[in-house]
Amino acid sequence: MGQTLYQKIYQSHVVGALNGSTDLLFVDRHLIHEVTSPQAFAGLRQAGRKVRRPDLTFATMDHNTSTQVRSYDAAGETSRKQLEALAANCAESGIELLDLYHPDQGIVHVIGPELGLTQPGMIIVCGDSHTSTHGAFGAIAFGIGTSEVEHVLATQTLPQQVAKTLKVEVTGTLSPFVTPKDVILAVIGALGTAGGNGYVAEFCGDAIKGMTMEGRMTLCNMSIEMGAKAGLIAPDATTFAYLEGRRFAPKAEHWDAAVAYWQSLYSDADAQFDKVVCIDGSQIKPQVTWGTNPEQVIAIDQPVPAPESFTDLIKADAARRALTYMGLEAGQKLTDVSVDVVFIGSCTNSRIEDLRAAAAVVAGKTVAAGVRALVVPGSGQVKRQAEAEGLADTFKAAGFEWREPGCSMCLGMNDDRVDAGQRCASTSNRNFEGRQGRGSRTHLVSPAMAAAAAIHGKFVDVATLTGASA
Amino acid sequence: MSEIFAKGLVCPLDKNNVDTDQIIPKQFLTSVSRDGFAEALFFDWRYLADGSANPEFVLNEPQYQGASVLLTRANFGCGSSREHAPWAIQQYGFNVVIAESFADIFFNNSINNGMLLISLSAANIDFLFNRCKQGPQQWHIDLANQEILLGNNAAIGFSIDADIKQRLLSGLDFIGASETFSPQIDQYEARRRAAQPWLG
Repeated sequence: MGQTLYQKIYQSHVVGALNGSTDLLFVDRHLIHEVTSPQAFAGLRQAGRKVRRPDLTFATMDHNTSTQVRSYDAAGETSRKQLEALAANCAESGIELLDLYHPDQGIVHVIGPELGLTQPGMIIVCGDSHTSTHGAFGAIAFGIGTSEVEHVLATQTLPQQVAKTLKVEVTGTLSPFVTPKDVILAVIGALGTAGGNGYVAEFCGDAIKGMTMEGRMTLCNMSIEMGAKAGLIAPDATTFAYLEGRRFAPKAEHWDAAVAYWQSLYSDADAQFDKVVCIDGSQIKPQVTWGTNPEQVIAIDQPVPAPESFTDLIKADAARRALTYMGLEAGQKLTDVSVDVVFIGSCTNSRIEDLRAAAAVVAGKTVAAGVRALVVPGSGQVKRQAEAEGLADTFKAAGFEWREPGCSMCLGMNDDRVDAGQRCASTSNRNFEGRQGRGSRTHLVSPAMAAAAAIHGKFVDVATLTGASA
Repeated sequence: MSEIFAKGLVCPLDKNNVDTDQIIPKQFLTSVSRDGFAEALFFDWRYLADGSANPEFVLNEPQYQGASVLLTRANFGCGSSREHAPWAIQQYGFNVVIAESFADIFFNNSINNGMLLISLSAANIDFLFNRCKQGPQQWHIDLANQEILLGNNAAIGFSIDADIKQRLLSGLDFIGASETFSPQIDQYEARRRAAQPWLG
């Protein structure tokens, strides 16, 4: 019997069998940031351990940094201490740090691929759940906790058990204005927030093959929102073209050998998956979440569901609670619902292609009165490119705030927050209660949908906008 | 052999999909310490906007003070990888969480802190919630025999991965255990360098 892509990569990383069903796996890349690493370094020091492979460990500052001022002090005293701790820990251990003042600083899941650190066939971990992003390159990439960060720092390995495999096939061609964000929201809507628990999800099908690397990253990024341990896409010519020439990509004499190896990374035709779902991509419409978890999602032309429409009593109760929290009523159309804040950014949707899609909707228009709109590019590279392409000017002319790179309002660890009761159209990944600030109401959408909401002051279907071009 | 892993008062939190932003909100994540998170647990539910205790929230009810077993529903701990979530739960006083299911990263993080997470069928979870409605519950968790002892000779069995069970019972330092594989890690690195020199 053939093997899945996940099984191939897993087996090639087994250092040894720890016991029973637990293996020790080698980790090719360890990405760290300020929030989930300080206690790990403290643990190492306490036990007298050292970082085994600082050359395979890379750090950045993203979660609690100010996006207005490049200063450790700008986001408060405790944030400053955390940033200083990361700088000191990296200096002591010889780990490369892209700090706030580095031109390529940015969100860890944007800069990893951008620098070519992320490569097919790797095992990549980071103390952040959206590490699943890197699976877009055909790598096993997943989030870990601080104890595991400490374990990887000390040993460059991690104990793991084989996960179950889930195949998500998205067939057909996507409609214009339907983006990878809409695809993954539709998949989560179909499978539920726990539908992927215990599984590594491999995405395949024509709709996936046609996606750029930026789009594939958006897709894999939100695999965690259906509970999947990781998301995975087999590498192909699109992947190799993206990687070639990047700072950490294999160079000259190694490039051909690397590509030859990467071309062996796919699920065999006779590989058995534990679960298979198939979704017709041509039927997906622009999506908007209406509730307080990502499975509570509808197409923009659907009414907000009634709690009674859920046959599962627990889901019905969750819907009732979500509607109250979100200040919505069953049957309401989201195209009648106004927004207070628009956030374009996060590790889900802050790459150049996302900003281009948003700018195309914004060009020549103005942010609606009373709406606060901000664009937070994912990295220094994205920011520079967007400025060179004139996208930043488009946003600024329309009334958007144009910020410095960071996680920003996705989780509001810095001062970018949504106030209680305010409604935010957000390109981020979680619409949990209080996620963007206590009492905040988050609606997850694609960059084009967020941009359209900013211009119109309410949700609109981007596909219906006059003068819109795909 | 009977070995009581934990015993104590049960607090029923009747919700699905309790995410890590609810378990511990973002403003507590700027700490560089592993301690001091007990007060932050379920912050937005536990305290009203003026900082006073929310009398409606189950954790604040008088009969659940001192609880050490948390009973909840499906997909507990979904969301972020913040280990601050199990730290907050543990530092508050819970060392066992019983639910229909758990998010993967949260599960691993909890085990790595020596907490016991028990998954049960939806029917058994319903049964336990109904029991809690009859009055405060004191349960004993027998990990060796994989049973929740409900009192009066009533018990519910649970399954657990053998490796995890062994780790929890032995209290092994998981970094120390992996360090005994140093020679194998050296060999793996040498093989990797030879076969895929671009990886470093």
